[in-house]
Amino acid sequence: MSRRVRWWVLGVGLAGVGVALLLAFLHLPAFGSSFHPYRDLAVPASVRHGTANVIASLTFDQRGYDTLGEETIFFGSILAVVALLRPSEEERLVRQPDSTTPLQATRLFGYLLLPVTILVALNIVAHGALTPGGGFQGGIMLATGIHLMYVAGRFRSLEKLRPMVVFETGEAAGTAVFAALGFAGTAGAGYFLANVLPFGTFGQLLSAGTIPLLNVAVGIAVGSGGVVLLAQFFQQVFLVTGDEEKPS
Amino acid sequence: MTVLVGIALTLVLAGAAAVVFTDDPQRQAITMSVYGVVMTVLFVLLAAPDVALSQVVVGTAIVPLMVMLTIRKIRDDR
Repeated sequence: MSRRVRWWVLGVGLAGVGVALLLAFLHLPAFGSSFHPYRDLAVPASVRHGTANVIASLTFDQRGYDTLGEETIFFGSILAVVALLRPSEEERLVRQPDSTTPLQATRLFGYLLLPVTILVALNIVAHGALTPGGGFQGGIMLATGIHLMYVAGRFRSLEKLRPMVVFETGEAAGTAVFAALGFAGTAGAGYFLANVLPFGTFGQLLSAGTIPLLNVAVGIAVGSGGVVLLAQFFQQVFLVTGDEEKPS
Repeated sequence: MTVLVGIALTLVLAGAAAVVFTDDPQRQAITMSVYGVVMTVLFVLLAAPDVALSQVVVGTAIVPLMVMLTIRKIRDDR
């Protein structure tokens, strides 16, 4: 295909998408209007199941099956990164020198914010059914918080803080628990991921049935997954070396 | 509120342009991180705190960190 033809194909494609988008936008309800058929169904459904955070009800109760799909995509992507970034046959695991010393102020803030971040993350996972956030947000925050150890210290201190076997197991276990809770719904109410536990009192920590458990499962899976993901990049920087660059 | 959303949208546009027009990939990781914060503000203003929480962690911390580590690896190999 010549360059000229390719530009034409691109132009026709862009024009088609543009016209389709324009037609769709013309029929959208006005920005900030009160026409929300989806909300009118979702909010009462959330309240019926004692869930204060409607988003959590949507993600884990009303369309929990989609979330299991997203969870599986996350798991699969991390497996792909592990496969792609593993040391190849010509590479060897050799500890690379890490001579960088962060600024004193950076170290101080890193050490101060490490426990704070982890506490906030756990809080977000625990209150997922009540306030904004939940397993994904808290989990990924946990993974980030742990890496403040690298910002404040060195790669070796980070390694000590995160034994990989714990997080590799956590990622798999969290995803498995999610699926197991789904089958518990099948056993208890006849359909996958049915909210089978008592809904409790609206607004209490232990309300919303299975949602807090699903949040914890996702929190463990995503938090561990984030650590495993970043660990592959750290391994490439600090441990892997090409064979021709053998340290003498 | 509409004014605030307008300001935030303008900042998002400016932030995106800043990321695109930053030449050095290492600096780009930083501008992308700032862009992540601006996006977070927009999501908060649009009453989507759940999305804002995801955005602030993924967009300002995880992705820039992966970019920085990748750049460092590529530099070391040269």
